[in-house]
Amino acid sequence: MAAKPQSLRPLASLLRPRSAYRCQQHQQQPQFRSYSAAPPGARLNGTVNYDTTSILNHTSKTALSNPELPENVRTGPTKSINLYTAVNEAMRHALQTDERVLVFGEDIQFGGVFRCTMNLNEDFGTERVFNTPLSEQGLIGFAIGAASEGMRPIAEIQFADYVYPAFDQLINECAKMRYRAGKTDMHCGGLVVRMPAGVVGHGALYHSQSPEVLFTHVPGLRVIIPRSPIQAKGLLLAAIACNDPCIFLEPKILYRAAKEHVPVGGYTLPLDKAEILKTGSDVTVVSYGTPLYTCEAAIQKAEKDLGCSVELIDLRTIYPWDRETILNSVRKTGRAIVVHESMQNAGVGAEVAATIQEGAFTRLEAPVKRVAGWATFTGLAYEQFVIPDVARVYDAIKKIIEY
Amino acid sequence: MSLRHGIRRIPVGRALQASTYTQPSITPSIPRSWQRWSSAAVSPASERILFPGALNSKLTNDLEFTSPSTAEAIPTFRVMDQDGVVINNERGVGTTDEEAVTLYTQMVLLSIMDTIMFEAQRQGRLSFYMASAGEEAITIGASSALDIGDVVFCQYRETGVYLQRGFTLEQFMSQMFSNHKDVGHGRNMPVHYGSRELNIHTVSSTLATQIPHAAGAAYALKMQNAQRPDLPPRIACTFFGEGAASEGDFHGALNIAATRGSPVIFLCRNNGFAISTPTRDQYRGDGIASRGAGYGIETIRVDGNDIFAVRESIKEARKKTLEDGGKPILVEMMAYRVGHHSTSDDSFAYRQRVEVEDWKRRDNPLTRLRKWLEGRELWNEQKEGELRRKLRKDVLGAFAQAENEMKPALKYAFTDVWENVTEEQKSQVTELLGVLETYPEEYDIEHHEGGLDSLRELVKK
Ligand SMILES: Cc1ncc(C[n+]2csc(CCOP(=O)(O)OP(=O)(O)O)c2C)c(N)n1
Ligand SMILES: [Mg+2]
Repeated sequence: MAAKPQSLRPLASLLRPRSAYRCQQHQQQPQFRSYSAAPPGARLNGTVNYDTTSILNHTSKTALSNPELPENVRTGPTKSINLYTAVNEAMRHALQTDERVLVFGEDIQFGGVFRCTMNLNEDFGTERVFNTPLSEQGLIGFAIGAASEGMRPIAEIQFADYVYPAFDQLINECAKMRYRAGKTDMHCGGLVVRMPAGVVGHGALYHSQSPEVLFTHVPGLRVIIPRSPIQAKGLLLAAIACNDPCIFLEPKILYRAAKEHVPVGGYTLPLDKAEILKTGSDVTVVSYGTPLYTCEAAIQKAEKDLGCSVELIDLRTIYPWDRETILNSVRKTGRAIVVHESMQNAGVGAEVAATIQEGAFTRLEAPVKRVAGWATFTGLAYEQFVIPDVARVYDAIKKIIEY
Repeated sequence: MSLRHGIRRIPVGRALQASTYTQPSITPSIPRSWQRWSSAAVSPASERILFPGALNSKLTNDLEFTSPSTAEAIPTFRVMDQDGVVINNERGVGTTDEEAVTLYTQMVLLSIMDTIMFEAQRQGRLSFYMASAGEEAITIGASSALDIGDVVFCQYRETGVYLQRGFTLEQFMSQMFSNHKDVGHGRNMPVHYGSRELNIHTVSSTLATQIPHAAGAAYALKMQNAQRPDLPPRIACTFFGEGAASEGDFHGALNIAATRGSPVIFLCRNNGFAISTPTRDQYRGDGIASRGAGYGIETIRVDGNDIFAVRESIKEARKKTLEDGGKPILVEMMAYRVGHHSTSDDSFAYRQRVEVEDWKRRDNPLTRLRKWLEGRELWNEQKEGELRRKLRKDVLGAFAQAENEMKPALKYAFTDVWENVTEEQKSQVTELLGVLETYPEEYDIEHHEGGLDSLRELVKK
């Protein structure tokens, strides 16, 4: 019969080239970025460079100099991998070394939509690594049950934006189980809920959220956000080994963008320590996850332009959090800025600022400044105006010093 | 909603008289004894027992579990076969020749727009797209069998519904390029359309959340129908995938719609996949249709490649939703997702290329209708060529126009969070303005309508 399927290619040639300004592709992001690309004349925005940032370990030597790594790992080999591969390797290590470990979630069997579970099903079988039906409340409840009977499930939520159907399970069950069980000691420690979070340039309302603060409000859960491949591997393995349930938020823009040398062997990193990434004497900048790169770029410019010295701290564990490291730093610098993507209102910055105010008030030279998302959502066309960028952090440093 | 169909407001005084509105929901088929719990007692001679939770269950001494695997699969309704030949001429196709040609034109337009937008995304000209290949008859056919006043809730792969209801190419393109003409103010990802005039709620990426909305909206419509018997009655219809039907929201929606007698069509597009997840990992029952009985909902399974079957079943379903004072109907439309899940997906990572090719060859909703049209000498190769050339030109014209339009004003980043902009938001806008004014070279503002003035206006208000 006459009806033939339409071929794709001939139509492609009919599309005329787009107008000039849309052609600029963001340096670090090979994907579509035109909603939030910085203009060509920008000096601050668009200067995050994952190939040169000092946040990532570009050589084996710097990677292994990390004093938090165990001795045997520090003398072992490293491999340059990106963040999704680091997550994959952590799960692979856990599956290999602990038969209680399970990995499941929506679409994870073929490798997951972000490729974090690649080859795990093939190598460990469908009993331990499997697809779940499309129900977050179902799969998280299932994970809680499995953990409560001695397994160590790693459950994936496809996007942090889709964790809410499981909210009841996480808040009323997961977090409270140990407390309500008392002497029976029934709890769901060993459960890790992994989820990609944060903006990527074109995620709009439902592929951009950072819901960490919805979980930090609730005691009983541990909330962790890694900044890099080394951190992702070590913190994820620590979370799997931890006897408290953990919410592990993976900044999804870093899955591919952040690449560094990562020890090949298994290791854990502390779940109760913030990390000072760069020391400084005039301002403390506290952040976690993707905005750390924004902060680093802003600090570089600010130190050069303004002649100041800025300390940068990665919270790493958002709750419970390392209050001491932050307070000690602010007691030294007298100025603090907290930076995060999620909205400022009742955010992590509010908690950190209040803690600083209570614990270091007499040392403060200026009010604690929050640089965070505004009280709105991440509208597709407006992301660059809503999420903290290098210019906003730079401006905050400048203002806090001039205060 | 639609002004065209009159605003059905309930006068405050009358709204309090609950009986006016609850009346239609009491279906005559429910025996009175259902309400009388005390009648659970049974006489020794009785064959049935009236437990409050199971009506009319027969007593038995056989220790037997019901087994879904022994039951025949629910049949699939079709009107014409793969070759476009009508199975039962007496029943007919329920469609005039002109209607059929128009429907075919719409399906071709949808498939041309899909092809162009998919390719455009590959070229980096928009961030995202989702095609309907293999499901054109479901969305266009179902939409053509609903009234324009009916309220529709979509998942995301229902571009055909918008098209058939009258969403224009300019509206599609404005949304996809998030330009200033987009009624969503450029806030949503491409294909998350919405239209007040067409009574379609705006798509949200979160799966299944719209299904209970449809149950509640239908209940509102039922009350308003009772209030204004002079206006044509309206119903609600919601579309969702077989994957989304695993969410709790699906189950909650069907159950509450059944208990409240909501006039709503739950339309499942079962295309065999939820991203990579095949139906065997999604459920173990007989598709989605088998769930209807569990909720006491009348259900039909339909061949989604047969646009006539789609139309006939939705026409009938619509009629049924308004019977007995209102009730939900479940329709499962069978299809195969021919394309990738979205532009972010490469489906050959989890399914064989030949599997897709086989499906395309075996059956296709466009080919089927075209064969029927050709059988009636309503269509031929020449008409096909002319149509495709014209539609391609239309789509590309709208594309070029929309791509070069201004972006929406920056104030829309902050409005509509609450009904009015708050004091906190104003202070944040002031802070943002300060940054934008201090570092003008850092931002791309000139492509947004009104530049910084739209933000200044927001702070002043
Ligand atoms: C609550 C929620 N969980 C997960 C997702 C991610 N997701 C988007 S589409 C999709 C598959 C949906 O499949 P189906 O309902 O069958 O619709 P189809 O894509 O086949 O049309 C998934 C898992 C989501 N959007 N929302
Ligand atoms: Mg599907």
